[in-house]
Amino acid sequence: MQNLKKARLVLQDGTVFEGTSFGYEQSVSGEVVFYTAMTGYPESLTDPSYKGQILVPTYPMIGNYGVPVETMKDGLPAFFESDRIHCTALVISDYSFAYSHWNSEKSLGQWLKDQKVPGLFGIDTRALTKKLREHGSMLGKIVFAGQDVEFYDPNKENIVAQVSTPEIREYGSGKYKVVLVDCGVKYNIIRHLLKRNVTVKRVPWNYDFTQEECDGVFLSNGPGDPAQCEETVLHIRKMLDRNIPIMGICLGNQLMARAAGAETYKLKYGHRSHNQPVMEPGKNRCYITSQNHGFAIDDKTLPDDWEPLFVNVNDGTNEGIRHKSKPFFSAQFHPEASSGPVDTEYLFDEFVKNMEKSKK
Amino acid sequence: MKEINKILLLGSGALKIGEAGEFDYSGSQALKAIREEGKYSVLINPNIATVQTSEGVADKIYFLPVTPDFVEEVIRKERPDGILLSFGGQTALNCGVELYKRGVLEKYDVAVLGTPVQSIIDTEDREIFSGKLHEIGVKTPRSIAADNMEQALKAAEELGFPLIIRAAYTLGGLGSGFCANMEELKKLAGSAFSYSPQILVEESLKGWKEIEYEVVRDQYDNCITVCNMENFDPLGIHTGESIVVAPSQTLSNSEYHKLREIAIKIIRHVGIVGECNVQYCLDPNSEDYRVIEVNARLSRSSALASKATGYPLAFVAAKLAMGYGLHEIKNSVTKVTTACFEPALDYIVCKIPRWDLNKFEGVSKLIGSSMKSVGEIMAIGRTFEEVIQKGLRMVGQGMHGFVGNNKEVKDIDEELVNPTDNRIFAIAAAFDKGYSVDKIHEMTRIDKWFLERLKNIHDLKEELAKYTTVRGVTPMMLKKAKQMGFSDFQIGRLTIKDETLSAHECMLRVRAYRKELGITPCIKQIDTLAGEYPAQTNYLYVTYNGAETDVTYERDGKSVVVLGSGAYRIGSSVEFDWCCVSAVNAIKKAGYRSVMINYNPETVSTDYDTCDRLYFDELSFERVMDIVDLEEPKGVIVSTGGQIPNNLAMRLYEQHVNILGTSALSIDRAEDRQKFSTMCDQLGIDQPRWRELTSIDDIYKFIDEVGFPLLIRPSYVLSGAAMNVVSNKEELLHFLELAAEVSKDHPVVVTEFVQQAKEVEIDAVAQEGVIKAYAISEHVEFAGVHSGDATIVFPAQKLYIETIRRIKKIARAIAKELNISGPFNMQFLAKDNDIKVIECNLRASRSFPFVSKVLKSNFVELATRIMLGEHVQELHKSVFDLDYVGVKASQFSFARLLKADPVLGVDMSSTGEVGCIGENYYEAILKSMLSVGHRIPEKNILISSGPTRSKVELLESTKILLEKGYNVFATAGTAKFLEDNGINVPVLYWPDEEREPNIMDYLKNKKIDMVVNIPKNLTKRELDNGYKIRRAAVDYNIPLLTNARLASAFIYAICKVDKKDIAIKSWDEYK
Repeated sequence: MQNLKKARLVLQDGTVFEGTSFGYEQSVSGEVVFYTAMTGYPESLTDPSYKGQILVPTYPMIGNYGVPVETMKDGLPAFFESDRIHCTALVISDYSFAYSHWNSEKSLGQWLKDQKVPGLFGIDTRALTKKLREHGSMLGKIVFAGQDVEFYDPNKENIVAQVSTPEIREYGSGKYKVVLVDCGVKYNIIRHLLKRNVTVKRVPWNYDFTQEECDGVFLSNGPGDPAQCEETVLHIRKMLDRNIPIMGICLGNQLMARAAGAETYKLKYGHRSHNQPVMEPGKNRCYITSQNHGFAIDDKTLPDDWEPLFVNVNDGTNEGIRHKSKPFFSAQFHPEASSGPVDTEYLFDEFVKNMEKSKK
Repeated sequence: MKEINKILLLGSGALKIGEAGEFDYSGSQALKAIREEGKYSVLINPNIATVQTSEGVADKIYFLPVTPDFVEEVIRKERPDGILLSFGGQTALNCGVELYKRGVLEKYDVAVLGTPVQSIIDTEDREIFSGKLHEIGVKTPRSIAADNMEQALKAAEELGFPLIIRAAYTLGGLGSGFCANMEELKKLAGSAFSYSPQILVEESLKGWKEIEYEVVRDQYDNCITVCNMENFDPLGIHTGESIVVAPSQTLSNSEYHKLREIAIKIIRHVGIVGECNVQYCLDPNSEDYRVIEVNARLSRSSALASKATGYPLAFVAAKLAMGYGLHEIKNSVTKVTTACFEPALDYIVCKIPRWDLNKFEGVSKLIGSSMKSVGEIMAIGRTFEEVIQKGLRMVGQGMHGFVGNNKEVKDIDEELVNPTDNRIFAIAAAFDKGYSVDKIHEMTRIDKWFLERLKNIHDLKEELAKYTTVRGVTPMMLKKAKQMGFSDFQIGRLTIKDETLSAHECMLRVRAYRKELGITPCIKQIDTLAGEYPAQTNYLYVTYNGAETDVTYERDGKSVVVLGSGAYRIGSSVEFDWCCVSAVNAIKKAGYRSVMINYNPETVSTDYDTCDRLYFDELSFERVMDIVDLEEPKGVIVSTGGQIPNNLAMRLYEQHVNILGTSALSIDRAEDRQKFSTMCDQLGIDQPRWRELTSIDDIYKFIDEVGFPLLIRPSYVLSGAAMNVVSNKEELLHFLELAAEVSKDHPVVVTEFVQQAKEVEIDAVAQEGVIKAYAISEHVEFAGVHSGDATIVFPAQKLYIETIRRIKKIARAIAKELNISGPFNMQFLAKDNDIKVIECNLRASRSFPFVSKVLKSNFVELATRIMLGEHVQELHKSVFDLDYVGVKASQFSFARLLKADPVLGVDMSSTGEVGCIGENYYEAILKSMLSVGHRIPEKNILISSGPTRSKVELLESTKILLEKGYNVFATAGTAKFLEDNGINVPVLYWPDEEREPNIMDYLKNKKIDMVVNIPKNLTKRELDNGYKIRRAAVDYNIPLLTNARLASAFIYAICKVDKKDIAIKSWDEYK
């Protein structure tokens, strides 16, 4: 095996993990978060929600099926969730130097190098995860010899601004016109809308869409603390006075809640997996969902005209809200999946139905 | 819906190939769920060695055949409100469908709980099933029937190449084959039409990946997939014969979730409530897929998935059947979350099948679309290298991992292309020969990811082999080797070149060096959520791919380690699981913490809520020592898990591990043939004469002393059976030439073979050399049939009092001499009150559950209390107090083993057993024989009674058959013998006589309901003819008896006991 460089993962509390580099060789820092999904590293790495974060998959062998070819479909890369890797670094237990898949064109290590993202293997990711779990999350840095860096907390900055689109872009030519507020949108949201006869107008996170002529508004997922996006919240609040259907996902869900007047808080144990069960309150229907969030809506602060739409079966936290009379709803989990289970894709149909109804 | 208070559960009966221990596990879990609900459970299962048929698991237990007639009788008597059909494998499912079709369930108003019967029927019928799937746009393999060449060509055009041609209505794949173009198709179809008027033209999915999902659905339509699994071996090899990993390794997110979504679509459409398994094949070059199979019940795969994830599928399925929603059931691992989630794994598991094909004469070793393996193991780790190496050791066929074996592969190319049970080692050999990953992939179609990982192991082996001492190995290299699953033994063998050291010494050196360097494994938990939430789980595995141990150790000497029995194999299966579970229960009862080590996913002992701490890991010296170092237990129990732990006793003892109960030195004195023999001589105990010999001349000299027949047991076997009885010089030479090598390095043990002797066994428990409980049982067959194949009667019904007294005396003397504290078993030959000892094991034996349950006194519990140091009272239950008889009968799986000769000998070949209780000997015989697949013949019986002795044995039986109105047919010799004794029966001609009426025609046309064929001798003609009859009986599913004593007992039973008089009594009703 070739000579590989060693590097250390240093946590805020002083814990040090020794690992071996398989990506770009440069010291970096960020917030260290884990996720327990067993598939989908190309999707996760390109998910803008991971901006500023050092990603730790708990599944030990990563890189098995390489990285897919870069083909474009409908103006979007066919196999990724954005046009680049967003996380700061990747930390894993065991790296598959040799990969095998019909749709791959390069190894994970090569991709990380191309995108200048460090990657470490040989780390006890289970031990690391247990530590992160108890701290909620922690700051950390990857340090190559003689190249120390400062700790950096992405939650103190408006990182949404960094991942949002700088300009307005349009996709498709469908029947329904939807304004997509891009706080760090995963492309699969756009794909799901396009599939449903929608024209997507993707606008920057702070764009004032309140006067737009449209059939619906979509609030995307995104990274960081919702409190950093007050500008977006103000726009949404105005929009709530109108009757145009709104749907939100993840950060979009939290922004919707804040716009409605509810509060958000940081969870003790963040949800970072593909196996989160959610239920509609008062019903016996459960769905398995893909989740990646450290903040949640405080149910108790929901105004009277709003109600919980979903609740997490594991810890009882809020997983979505809806307006009691108007066509506004949002989900904390990821109905667009990619990666993850596709059980709640029907929510996109609900959104389109709402638009169809309000069109009439 | 009516209220359900009493629930009937059908078990799966004896273990057989394709239906093994996994159903004891599923059934036990379901019964636990029923009990938790406070409902009353009734269980029908004749498999007496199972955990589910133990006290306290079900409320009522019937040791009766799981057949519609018997089940109906039980329903009539018990009047259950509901019935569970999906926990007893195909046996229970088929029986349930039949009861439904006969209207029995309706008649007695028994509700089928969980998946409706119609859904089961829909998945069982291929035609209906693919129709159902097509309704929802799900793809199944495409196949078109053709009656002539023109239609075949048209079908080929429609389906596209490559294709498979199958001739309809032929046995054994005659006329089938693979074709890549029109030319090949024409040729193949032409020949196929000569075998059959119709052929099937099917798309070939050869080389596609095989993937499985375990799916669960509740009555509210909530669905989850608990686990997916990927086969290492591509399509073409039965999933039961494949190496399997979980979760899938080579699937992208999109593939994984596409198949997951389809699985959920299917379970909803079919309407299953509970669990089902969906098998796919997936194109390795696109996302195209086909659904190959859906099993609407708990299966071997679901047991594996449960163990792989920690998600108790059977328990949950039972709860769902009782009406719960997934979200209403607690996750029993985390205790804080619910069953409505999908486990996240932060490790990989690898399942490897265990084959015992060497045990069978004539069987084909190729593995393919039908199952031949008899057991399996599961290895857990954090890299594929680690689990495959662990797993190959666990399988227990003398291999030390993927590399470092003294294993010769004769024809690597042939082995790679046409796999046998040795293919994985052919891959290792191919790497040694310099084959590239690409080349091996071309030949095997195994995904390159797996092959690359295997190559990593090979490459590291090459590195290690460069060293000459272990202390020369760098710490980094050593650690890397451990992370790739190398055992200390492998490392020792590869690095230490000092030939004066034994393998064990080499291993100890590696261990010492490694511990000095601080290279020790860590212990990780299986918590179903990959660490996302805190979990108090006791389900553990050992890995070198980690830096931190999840557990904190008490080190208070209050834990007791029980070593399990490993992979089920011929000679060691569910009975030892029962022994281990009994030991664990006794340990808990005595106030100690129980620690279990075992790696067999089909067992109850590896259920994490059976013991206080479960290490799902190797039962090797190295691993047990690792765990003992961490646990610092009060001691280790080696006597309840069969031979594997028993063999470790001495080596553990040498490392100062506290072996509980009988001392390791005593175990060694019983195990070592020479030492044991000397001891018997000193105690004046008789043994058959035997000698260990190294040349043919020596063997002749020994024959002059004792005469024929002889039992001969080579230490090195080339092929065929390991042990055999020979009656003359020709047979001796024939056997030695064929099967064994005799030399200084490979001695042969030759033993005098006593004919017409009864075989008697004693199962006993002693404390400090004094017997506290014992059970004496006898075999129906004369000595010469392996005790694992024999039919055993307890209490012994036909022994002289004098024989019993002598046996007790000998057992007492041995117990005293070896100062036994714990379980032991001895086997004897008895002829005219002349008693010879043939075997002595200082551990629980195969028959412990049988005698314990018949006697209603748990011998293992008693033994465990003794081993823990409690002073116990002698058990004063006399066999004369029993007003009933127990009979243990063996289950054979010859139907699955193509071409194997279904004949019994000194080597064991049964795969399972049952034990039934009767009012008298014949009733018990009848129940147990019916439980292992025999049927009461309708009319016609064929007798070919073999040597004179068995002819005499069967004379009376033939008479009473005729008196009962049966038609008896015989082969020429048998008919002549009967005629000489005043009985005239029609003659059927031998297969090689081209005369009518011929036996083969009668068998083929099912004109015979039962075949009695007693093998005569080893002459070629006899073997050929006898073999053909026996094999045809098995292939046409006609009950076959090959032992005169057993045949006679069965014939008496069917003639003396009327079916309607068979008592339908539960275990507790026998007082």
